[in-house]
Amino acid sequence: MAQPLVKKDDDRDEEADYSPFLGIEKGAVLQEARVFHDPQLDARRCSQVITKLLYLLNQGETLTKIEATEVFFAVTKLFQSKDIGLRRMVYLMIKELSPSADEVIIVTSSLMKDMNSRTDLFRANAIRVLCRITDGTLLAQIERYLKQAIVDKNPVVASAALVSGIHLLQTNPEIVKRWSNEVQEAVQSRAALVQFHALALLHQIRQNDRLAVNKLVASLTKGTVRSPLAQCLLIRYISQVIKESSFNSQAGERPFYDYLEGCLRHKAEVVIFEAARAITELSNVTTRELTPAITVLQLFLSSSKPVLRFAALRTLNKVAMTHPMAVTNCNIDMESLISDQNRSIATLAITTLLKTGNESSVDRLMKQITNFMSDIADEFKIVVVEAIRSLCLKFPLKYRSLMNFLSNILREEGGFEYKKAIVDSIVILIRDIPDAKESGLLHLCEFIEDCEFTYLSTQILHFLGNEGPKTSDPSKYIRYIYNRVILENATVRASAVSTLAKFGAMVDSLKPRIFVLLRRCVFDNDDEVRDRATLYLNTLGDGSVAETEKDVKEFLFGSLDIPLTNMETSLKNYIQDPTEEPFDINSVPKEVKSQSLAEKKAPGKKPAASSTPAAAPTSAADAYERLLSSIPEFASFGKLFKSSIPVELTEAETEYSVNVVKHIYDSHVVFQYNCTNTIPEQLLENVTVIVDASDAEEFSEVGTKPLRSLPYDTPGQTFVAFEKPEGVPAVGKFSNVLRFTVKEVDPTTGEAEDDGVEDEYQLEDFEVVAADYILKVGVSNFKNAWESLGPDGERIDEYGLGPRESLAEAVSTVINLLGMQPCEGTEVVPSNSRSHTCLLSGIYIGNVKVLVRLSFGIDGAKEVAMKLAVRSENENVSEAIHEIVASG
Amino acid sequence: MDLCPSVKNILLLDSEGKRIAVKYYSDDWPTNSAKEAFEKAVFTKTQKTNARTEEIAMFESNIVVYKFVQDLHFYVTGGEDENEVFLATVLQGFFDAVDILLRGNVDKKEALENLDLILLCIDGIVDGGIVLEGDANSIASKVASHSIDSGAPFSEQTISQALATAREHLTRSLLK
Repeated sequence: MAQPLVKKDDDRDEEADYSPFLGIEKGAVLQEARVFHDPQLDARRCSQVITKLLYLLNQGETLTKIEATEVFFAVTKLFQSKDIGLRRMVYLMIKELSPSADEVIIVTSSLMKDMNSRTDLFRANAIRVLCRITDGTLLAQIERYLKQAIVDKNPVVASAALVSGIHLLQTNPEIVKRWSNEVQEAVQSRAALVQFHALALLHQIRQNDRLAVNKLVASLTKGTVRSPLAQCLLIRYISQVIKESSFNSQAGERPFYDYLEGCLRHKAEVVIFEAARAITELSNVTTRELTPAITVLQLFLSSSKPVLRFAALRTLNKVAMTHPMAVTNCNIDMESLISDQNRSIATLAITTLLKTGNESSVDRLMKQITNFMSDIADEFKIVVVEAIRSLCLKFPLKYRSLMNFLSNILREEGGFEYKKAIVDSIVILIRDIPDAKESGLLHLCEFIEDCEFTYLSTQILHFLGNEGPKTSDPSKYIRYIYNRVILENATVRASAVSTLAKFGAMVDSLKPRIFVLLRRCVFDNDDEVRDRATLYLNTLGDGSVAETEKDVKEFLFGSLDIPLTNMETSLKNYIQDPTEEPFDINSVPKEVKSQSLAEKKAPGKKPAASSTPAAAPTSAADAYERLLSSIPEFASFGKLFKSSIPVELTEAETEYSVNVVKHIYDSHVVFQYNCTNTIPEQLLENVTVIVDASDAEEFSEVGTKPLRSLPYDTPGQTFVAFEKPEGVPAVGKFSNVLRFTVKEVDPTTGEAEDDGVEDEYQLEDFEVVAADYILKVGVSNFKNAWESLGPDGERIDEYGLGPRESLAEAVSTVINLLGMQPCEGTEVVPSNSRSHTCLLSGIYIGNVKVLVRLSFGIDGAKEVAMKLAVRSENENVSEAIHEIVASG
Repeated sequence: MDLCPSVKNILLLDSEGKRIAVKYYSDDWPTNSAKEAFEKAVFTKTQKTNARTEEIAMFESNIVVYKFVQDLHFYVTGGEDENEVFLATVLQGFFDAVDILLRGNVDKKEALENLDLILLCIDGIVDGGIVLEGDANSIASKVASHSIDSGAPFSEQTISQALATAREHLTRSLLK
């Protein structure tokens, strides 16, 4: 393998001498370019000089405007030479120089002469050059020749004209559109590539005329397509036609499907793959439609060409996201790819297998991955770790082997990003799978014993301080934490001191021992560590076994109800203009920028390839809770039960963009309207939302919190609170009007005028639905949880759901209606099954645990029947769930 | 939306990642430093692989197919939704055409000495991202139709050309 590399090392010196461009300099080459002016042109010499110039440009050298002009004029002299090779270099050079409009005129006549030359190569290349440098007016002059060239007998000339047409369509569409007759003729060309280029141009000319595209596609599927490239193009057009046609899967055959399937038997691999990929990407593709495509992809998996294996795997990986069952046939082939030389392929194989695998194959898979992990790069390892995290959330029962795997790789060598991915995964698993907590925490403890990354150590210590005291035996973590105080750098020591104090504050029985440890920390040589230790010693009581006061806990460990970024800016401002007054923490703005709006503000940013579930919602919920509790009017509502995801109340791209988040309390709801003003010339003041709740009888408005000012592009929030019967899942529809005072803003100075005008803006309606009252909370072992709830609070009934598109569609409809967490991966319906059982869990308002077992059946006429069994701690709640389904 | 299969760039680098010849067809890399950064990153990532046949990797939501022969590294880049097999055929066409043009001596020295042929070859394969010609023989024949005279027997060269060639050989051997 290393042979070519070794060879290179041996004769590197020699090789450097050989480079014809060694020590080449722009100035010298420009001097050399004088030979272009010689009356007796030496074609060979000139070619060499042009090559040198092109070499320099290729290396990133740039010519000044004057230099470029000089070179350009010199190069135009070379049209005198008849040498073919030199002429081609001249063409290349002119394209590279991209001359200005007044310069173009100089060469136009020479190029037009070449366009009518008898040498095919001259005609083709002159067209390409001229079209590259020309503008609209000149184009009209040469249009006649281009139209001729499109139907030229020589395929190279025709292709050159067609491809140039494709480029020109972007800048001069009205001219190129006039060529469609010639292009149409070229589509019938016997030359394979001419047909391809003509097809591409014709489609682009007609792309806005759906009927014409349909006709074009239909006629080509019946005729002959001569090149694989044209065939690929046709397949892409077909996919688009299918997407745009109002195809109804119940009505039977999908148009053109047969043609796509036929392409799977084409002799060119590029066509086979294009067709297979097109089939897998059909919307609502059925298993029957998928099967032939999956079969050819499976064959590709065992190809000797890495590109084919990679392409097939990448497609199967995407299929696995929506139709995991369809891909299981390929599992064996994919397993053998885990040891593929090409690490991109191996990683894709692993992540696909993790998606298609079922609970029983997890252990075997983990064994294979363990062998594989040692010899791949960190970036691939991160992908694998993320795939394992989502697998673990899907099969919580398997947490033991997956957690073991994570802890093993945590102990091995690796860079920061990789270790961080592992630690994040363990933290998420601990949060979401209660059974995994103790073992996960111990793994983290062991990791910080030998962790070279300060950031990760402090992160883990912080997490340990929050979770450790809640475990059955908090004392066993103390040793690990105190070891940090002895062995680590100051940052980690300070963080460990805080963690110790948290244990002391939360676990009364440990307090005396913690005090002993904290007293030792007072002699630390770092002042931050000493300060922290002193603070905790003085606030946590006298070191006896006694409960820590609530105020003290809140003071020391309560969350700061101010966004840290705001705090930072305020503090910086405070330091900048020194005053006698002490810093007032109440002056820090508490408004949090809404997360969804922040994301929307970054258009074009691709969604992260791997999702990080659970992490985001948790932090969003925290942020909401903090925001709401900072508003005195709502502080009396008690604990926030649930916050919905934002519901858009305006279309995208409107003057004001508004979405609403529904916050549910025991006997209140608060609507948080996130508003953004997208007009730079306006400042909105006193922004409120007038809510009409006449269609929501059980709700009565109790208060609003207007937004004082809403400048351009700075999101702000206004709130409206309603009272509702306690613990009752009241539903209803709310219509909304945004009311505000609008002031004109001078865009140059940014100052607003004094007088404003009252205005209103109609928003869309939204509803509070039953699902808003159920929290998605998973259970790790559904069977145990189900048994433990017992049959007392159980309610069973059967429902007919009528004709449905598919079983999967019916299942997801019911899941969305109830808003509960699917357990053990049962939300995925095997695509050919006629019956399915889905397990859901959640917390109903009033903190009542609810478990649901749904059994679905579908008959030949696509009629779906469902048996709904609900168990909960309170039979009224079970009834309520049935009511939701019955009324939904 | 443009559905035409397209290429974002064609790169020919040496075994240290330095440019022999590159051509970009996409605005994804607007400046020379952006281009160089891309080349460096692609080179570093693929350097350790043994790509005697076409290999493939994903890179910054681009697909890169590549092939290494001697001290030359051939790359073709496409968007992440591009047909991988299509990119591989472009790469193959490029490589085979270079192989023909360099008469089987595919290495850095030969490539630099015939840089004009390499540049014309790249120019003949792709125009503005769209494949102009995929077949290696057709690509090479269009490039080589003129270069025949440089390889032609000495008797057919003019005296001055022959002298020039001789002078070149002499200076090279003296410099060595």
